[in-house]
Amino acid sequence: MEVTPAALDVARIKKDFPILERQVYGKRLVYLDSAASSQKPLAVLEAMQRYYETTHANVHRGVYAIAEEATRLYEEARAKVARFIGAGSPEEVVFTRNATEATNLVAYSWARANLGPGDVVVATEIEHHANFVPWLQLRGEKGTELRVLRLADDGQLGLDDLAQVLAGAKLLAVTAASNVLGTLPPVRQLADAAHAAGALVLVDAAQWVPHMPTDVSSFGADFVAFTGHKMLGPTGIGALWARRELLESMPPFLTGGEMIRDVRLDGFSTNDVPWKFEAGTPPIAEAVGLAAAVDYLEALGMAAVRAHERSLTAYALGALKEHYGEDIVIYGPPDPALRAGIISFSYKDVHAHDISQVLDQAGVCVRAGHHCAKPLMRRLGVSATARASFSIYNDEADVDALVEAIAAADALFG
Amino acid sequence: MPGLEDLYREIILDHYRNPRNRGELPSPPAVRTEGFNPLCGDEVVVYLKLADGVIADLKISGQGCSISQSSASMMSAAVKGKTTAEARATIRAFRSMMSLHEQQLDAPPAGASLEGNGADDVAAEGQPGDQGVPLGDLEALQGVVKFPVRIKCATLCWHTLAQALDEAEATAAGP
Ligand SMILES: Cc1ncc(COP(=O)(O)O)c(C=O)c1O
Repeated sequence: MEVTPAALDVARIKKDFPILERQVYGKRLVYLDSAASSQKPLAVLEAMQRYYETTHANVHRGVYAIAEEATRLYEEARAKVARFIGAGSPEEVVFTRNATEATNLVAYSWARANLGPGDVVVATEIEHHANFVPWLQLRGEKGTELRVLRLADDGQLGLDDLAQVLAGAKLLAVTAASNVLGTLPPVRQLADAAHAAGALVLVDAAQWVPHMPTDVSSFGADFVAFTGHKMLGPTGIGALWARRELLESMPPFLTGGEMIRDVRLDGFSTNDVPWKFEAGTPPIAEAVGLAAAVDYLEALGMAAVRAHERSLTAYALGALKEHYGEDIVIYGPPDPALRAGIISFSYKDVHAHDISQVLDQAGVCVRAGHHCAKPLMRRLGVSATARASFSIYNDEADVDALVEAIAAADALFG
Repeated sequence: MPGLEDLYREIILDHYRNPRNRGELPSPPAVRTEGFNPLCGDEVVVYLKLADGVIADLKISGQGCSISQSSASMMSAAVKGKTTAEARATIRAFRSMMSLHEQQLDAPPAGASLEGNGADDVAAEGQPGDQGVPLGDLEALQGVVKFPVRIKCATLCWHTLAQALDEAEATAAGP
């Protein structure tokens, strides 16, 4: 039986985010760009401040009290993130700088050790550049083949030719949630098909983990990449989850301090996983902040987060269509149950930059551009779209502000 | 904070809605040069035909925001029929109008208004603009510099024109 999660108290949540008290151009800040980066609750800011004020020292080195505390906080953050995504153990979570470094870790370590000329990597047409360019680069360097699963006209990935595309593949790289369309590809089904074809599966969950209950084992994936700053955490920290045996079999990515067991004049041996992949001083305060972000999200409950963002998306899709009808083109699946809280749109033939410039004057922050998904933009036949995206601190009044501000753009350009 | 009226001046909107010299020219004989703004995906194509050191014809195609489109339209009107030397002087004048303000945005002198100060500096270099080149309608684009992320939208077509002139003159000098 499905339990309906309690509704979020957005008025109270807004108070936890100091930046939302800010005004621009004398207007209330209406932040609708969380897909680019979320805002941070006070709890995260205070956790980092407290860490620097009371505990900071380098980790995994000192024997003195604060160094031990810093190490404990850093490793507790790893354990917390691991629990949050349903990982089997904390050692399966490698901290990186962001999602991009996580996908590149797979490309540089696993792929360069395991793939060669003619080996097939499959990506999709809706990938963010972070999960596409590494595979183009690998092709250039190693002579691998890159095949692409296309977007169908209904805003979903076209799966009719899935078996052919996957035949003989060594890796499937797929997003769990499109940062442009909000599309939620059937990751489990894709992963099962990829495994049946003998391929490993890398899931880009940068737009998933902040907004949905996450269980890496239900993805059925081998690698999952995500990023802290989109999930209420600080910039400068992301993570790669991977099955432990896989991590153990992989060569290090960056090398130097921290990742080492022993170094002699003529060689070195590596540390255990996951530290083998964390060369140099890691983002310690950022890990502390990310742990506080996870606490914040868990206190709300990810099912409640998803339910809130889904109903807000439904409201926004309805309001935009009701006000602007045929003048607005909304990309991606029409059904809010089938998409994340991300709405990319075009309005008449007004350029996305002009839309977002006018919206800015109303205090409304939306993204304009290609959203680091140029292959997808080409497929949609546009050079840029405007994009509004939602988080826990958005409510219907924010959507109303968006709808109203589009009218101002119409007055100027329409 | 700057307002929309600083950016979207009436004359800019007019050029955006009714772009001048829009279209293509057969190439060759015209030189065809593409410009790209990788940040926003704006794209401009300049078709340039020289005759005896004069811009005999010039057409613009491509796609972009109101600022990039109107800048291209105004540019085409400003340089068509001019000698290549005059066109290059206009390019320099336009670029200096854009960069002058860019520097001031980085370090605004205490108490000085951007406008007042900018006018003085321009005057020092020979108002209006570089080497006495009248920028005319193009001065309407001055407001863009208050919106630093949009400066590249305004300058894209000018970089492309400079490149087209280089190519056309290299071709004319030919083997
Ligand atoms: C789907 C997706 N993947 C990857 C990224 C990259 O995240 P980061 O810039 O933190 O590496 C983003 C965000 O821009 C994204 O939306």
